[in-house]
Amino acid sequence: MSEEAETTSVSAKALLYDATLCIGCKQCEIACAERNGLPYDDAIAGETRLSDHKLTAVLAKDDKFMRRLCMNCNDPACVSVCPVGAFQKTPLGPVVYDSTRCIGCRYCVLACPFQVPAYQWNKLLPIVRKCDMCSDRVAAGKVTACTEICPTGATKFGEREDLIAEARQRLRDNPQNYVPHILGLEEVGGTSVLMLSAIPFGEFGVRTDLPHEPLPGLTWAALSHVPDIVVIGSIMLGGVYWITHRRDEIAAAEATEKGRKS
Amino acid sequence: MKSAFGLPRFTLWQGLFVLLTVAGLYATYLRVFHGLGGATNLSNQFPWGLWIGFDVLCGVGLAAGGFTLVAVVHIFNIERYKPILLPTILTAFLGYVLVIVALMFDLGQPFRIWHPLVMWNPRSVMFEVAWCVMLYTTVLALEFAPVVLQKFGLRTPIRLLRAVSIPLMIAGVILSTLHQSSLGSLYLIVPHKLHPLWYSPVLPLLFYISAICVGFAMTIFESWHSSKAFGRQLELPLLASMGRVLAVLLSFYFTVRFVDLYRRGALHYMLENRLESWLFGLEIALMLLPMLLLFRVRIRWSPGALYACAVMVILGFVAHRLNVSTTGMEMGSGTHYVPRWSEVVITLWIIAAGFAIFHFVTKFFPVFEEAHPPRRVPTLRDTHVPAPGD
Repeated sequence: MSEEAETTSVSAKALLYDATLCIGCKQCEIACAERNGLPYDDAIAGETRLSDHKLTAVLAKDDKFMRRLCMNCNDPACVSVCPVGAFQKTPLGPVVYDSTRCIGCRYCVLACPFQVPAYQWNKLLPIVRKCDMCSDRVAAGKVTACTEICPTGATKFGEREDLIAEARQRLRDNPQNYVPHILGLEEVGGTSVLMLSAIPFGEFGVRTDLPHEPLPGLTWAALSHVPDIVVIGSIMLGGVYWITHRRDEIAAAEATEKGRKS
Repeated sequence: MKSAFGLPRFTLWQGLFVLLTVAGLYATYLRVFHGLGGATNLSNQFPWGLWIGFDVLCGVGLAAGGFTLVAVVHIFNIERYKPILLPTILTAFLGYVLVIVALMFDLGQPFRIWHPLVMWNPRSVMFEVAWCVMLYTTVLALEFAPVVLQKFGLRTPIRLLRAVSIPLMIAGVILSTLHQSSLGSLYLIVPHKLHPLWYSPVLPLLFYISAICVGFAMTIFESWHSSKAFGRQLELPLLASMGRVLAVLLSFYFTVRFVDLYRRGALHYMLENRLESWLFGLEIALMLLPMLLLFRVRIRWSPGALYACAVMVILGFVAHRLNVSTTGMEMGSGTHYVPRWSEVVITLWIIAAGFAIFHFVTKFFPVFEEAHPPRRVPTLRDTHVPAPGD
């Protein structure tokens, strides 16, 4: 079981969002809503938080922008915490969710370091909603809906390795335009969504203080001891039982022997 | 108390229970027909609230007396604790059943609660907890079953249970060790959200030790209450020696707690003037004070003081679990969580139901059987000949 936890899947495909190219037109929000069968109107356009009806959001700070969407981590916390295995990391990169398995414990919502999975708080039989990097389109060899519609190329789809190289190139070519950081390159073991920004990510509430190790390893450090506890615990308790009851038996045998002698 | 079911004579507690039931039914209506959003103050920023923090995390912990005492009596063979074993097992069983009831409120899709049985994810702490809780609830049911079977004169199943009792008890202790600590492991995945006063790689160990501590504290608490409610004599010598064990365990807990805080360089957070540090202080004080008191023999042998210490440990334990699940999670999730009235009412209703069912069961089954004849002072030499397989 432990090998399973240690393998970090290398995702083939990825998205690169370059905030300096973004014009805040929110076309990606519209395309995303359409692809996921969600409503979209002016009120929803004004919402800045991801929710069960908004799987991506373009944030604005003066003339600077930032996009929020599921980062589709390489070794996702949601995949590891889900008690029923409703989340899967696909080899192509997308992290997909099977709502028919979900029991609604919301551990994924709690565990996600990017605060992405959103719950349907007002539904009677609720499920989790999140961006799945258009897994069906990607599997069919197409780009994501948000990439397709983006008029400026701020969101770009491609091989993760290529996009990392390109992001580095952009930082090298125009260092004055960017904060020197590729979000998603190393955070929690890397993600399938990479981001470049003109101003610190923190200004949009995006955390950059995350550990570079995948989070599931933290859990596994404890969980991997379960077989040890079962084996060693059983032997120890069995031994204690044997010793403590053996003492009684001997005492009883001695007592009867004494009784016989006298 | 004689006319417990007599209509005109309501006691204060019965009145409160009726009120709570009315409010609880309305809260249940809200939960069922308006979803979690209609009955709770939970949000995407704060997805786990009182029902997980108290009903599940504290509920499972407060039921830890069951496995602690089974280990003491049957595995370590310290027989003098036997008179309080059955009520403790009953409390533990009811505790777990009520945790499952609480989960039915909290889960978004309660009718899929069985999914972990067939849909596996061995990397998930929650998966492991689900299995352990399910198996251990079964173990507790089997440990209590002889009392019920005896009542109906079913000898064969009792003999069968006797035959497997030792592996069953060992399994119970192992399962408890696993999930009591795993409740702490649940929070290992959120180093970025949980406040450094509580986030620690040794959370599983802290949850385990504190569960054993509260197991003893709950046993003292229950014995005190059942001696009042059933007019029984208090087994003071037993409880006093438990108080001593509790003091030693608490000092072990504090050693681990503070060495860990020191090693992680988190001690300075205690001194900040923030809500977190104040509630941390409260949590520590509620466990430290009884520890210091319980080291004094006069305190241990005074029923009132011993009871007060047990209550403090229980409150300190609850404070720790609530601090981990709510106080400590607020800053990292950038929101403020206060439970809605319906969350509080459901929680209180479940607790009240627990008390009521316990009272009901002890009326009909001989849970306190061994103490009913006036407790005989052990004679000088009780030659005890163990029956084979007993």
